[in-house]
Amino acid sequence: MSDAGRGRAIGLVALCLLAGAVAAMHVAPHQDAAALVPADKRSGIEYQSEHTRAMQDDPSANPGLLWASEGAELWQAAAGDRPACAGCHGEAGTSMRGVAARYPAIDGMSGRLLNLEGRINTCRTRHQHAAPLAYESEELLALSAFVAQQSRGIPVAVSVDGAAWAWFERGRKFYAMRQGQLNLACRHCHQLNAGRMLRGERVSQGHGNGYPAYRLEWQTLGSLHRRFKACSAGVRAQMYDYGSDEYLALELFLAWRANGLPVETPAVRR
Amino acid sequence: MSQILVNAPERARTGEIITIKVLIRHRMESGHRRDRVGAPIPRNIIHSFSAQLAGEDVFRMDLFPGIAANPFLEFKALARVSGTLLLRWTDDDGGRHEHAVQIEVT
Repeated sequence: MSDAGRGRAIGLVALCLLAGAVAAMHVAPHQDAAALVPADKRSGIEYQSEHTRAMQDDPSANPGLLWASEGAELWQAAAGDRPACAGCHGEAGTSMRGVAARYPAIDGMSGRLLNLEGRINTCRTRHQHAAPLAYESEELLALSAFVAQQSRGIPVAVSVDGAAWAWFERGRKFYAMRQGQLNLACRHCHQLNAGRMLRGERVSQGHGNGYPAYRLEWQTLGSLHRRFKACSAGVRAQMYDYGSDEYLALELFLAWRANGLPVETPAVRR
Repeated sequence: MSQILVNAPERARTGEIITIKVLIRHRMESGHRRDRVGAPIPRNIIHSFSAQLAGEDVFRMDLFPGIAANPFLEFKALARVSGTLLLRWTDDDGGRHEHAVQIEVT
C-alpha cells in the first residue's frame, strides 16, 4: 500500500471511529437523561391545592385568560402598515393549534433555538418590520399566552434532533449541575425530591407545560424564564437574563422531559 | 385591552336567583410599597364596584388595599325582568369603567 493509500485507510478508520463516537454520543446522553425524567410524569397542577386547581379549570376565574383575551386582540392588530399576525396566520384556532407544544424549536432561517416568545419576536422583526416586544412585557405575555392557549390539552412534543441536539445537551448539563450557595442542581429538588415538602410547599416535578402561567405569588402572568429566575434566586445562584442561552437550553431540556404532558397554558400556580 | 371576564347566565327564569362572577384585570397597587430608589409607589386600586340589573341596584362594594391584584367577585341577584347587567368600577387613577351584559328573563 502506498503512503497515500495508507493515509486514506487510516483516515477511513478514524472516520469510522469518529462516526461511532458521534453515534455513541447520541445514545449515551439519552440514556443518561432518562435518569432525569420522572418515571411517573405529573403536571405541576397535581401539586396545587384543590382551590388552585378549581381556579385554573374555571374559565370565569382563571386570571390568565385576561391576558389570553388581550392576546386575541393583539393577534388581530395590524403592525403599522404591515399585516397583523392574523394577516398571515389567519384563524389562530386552526393555524396555531399544537404549535406551542413543539417549542422551543430551531428556526430554519437563522439556525438558532427559539422559544415561543423568541418566535413571536422574530416574526415581528422579520415579517412585520416592528420592534421586538420586551421580554415579560404585558404584550408579549398576552401574545404568547394566546398562542399557547391554542394548544391547550395537546401533549408536549418537542424534537431534540439535528441542530437542537447541542442545545438539549447544554440544558441537560445545566439541569444536573450543582449551583448557587446552596449548591443544589435542578434535579435535587425536582427529580429526587418531587412530591415531598419544602417548608410549606410541595415540590413539583418542574414541568413547564403551563407557562406562561398566572402565579398567585406574582399576582400576574409570568413566563417560564421568570419562574427559572425564581428558582435560581432560591438556591442563591446567578440569575440569567430573560431569553438567555442558559435558560433557552434549559427550557428545551425541560420541554423534552415533559414530552407527553398536556399544554395547560394559561395555568394557575400558587 | 380586555379588562374583564364576566360569567353571567344569558337567560334566567322570572324569580330565579342568578350567580354573577366577575374577574377584573387591575394591578391593585396598595400604596404601601416603595420603588427601587425608595420613593413610595402611589396607591392605585379599584375602590368601588357596583352592579345594576335592568336599572335596579343589585350589588355594591367598596374595595381596600388588602385585596389582591385582579380581583375576583361573585354575587347573586334576583332576576325579575329582562335587561342589561351594568357593571361599573372606579380606580384611583380616576378611571371609570363599565361593562354591559344582556340577560333575558322569561
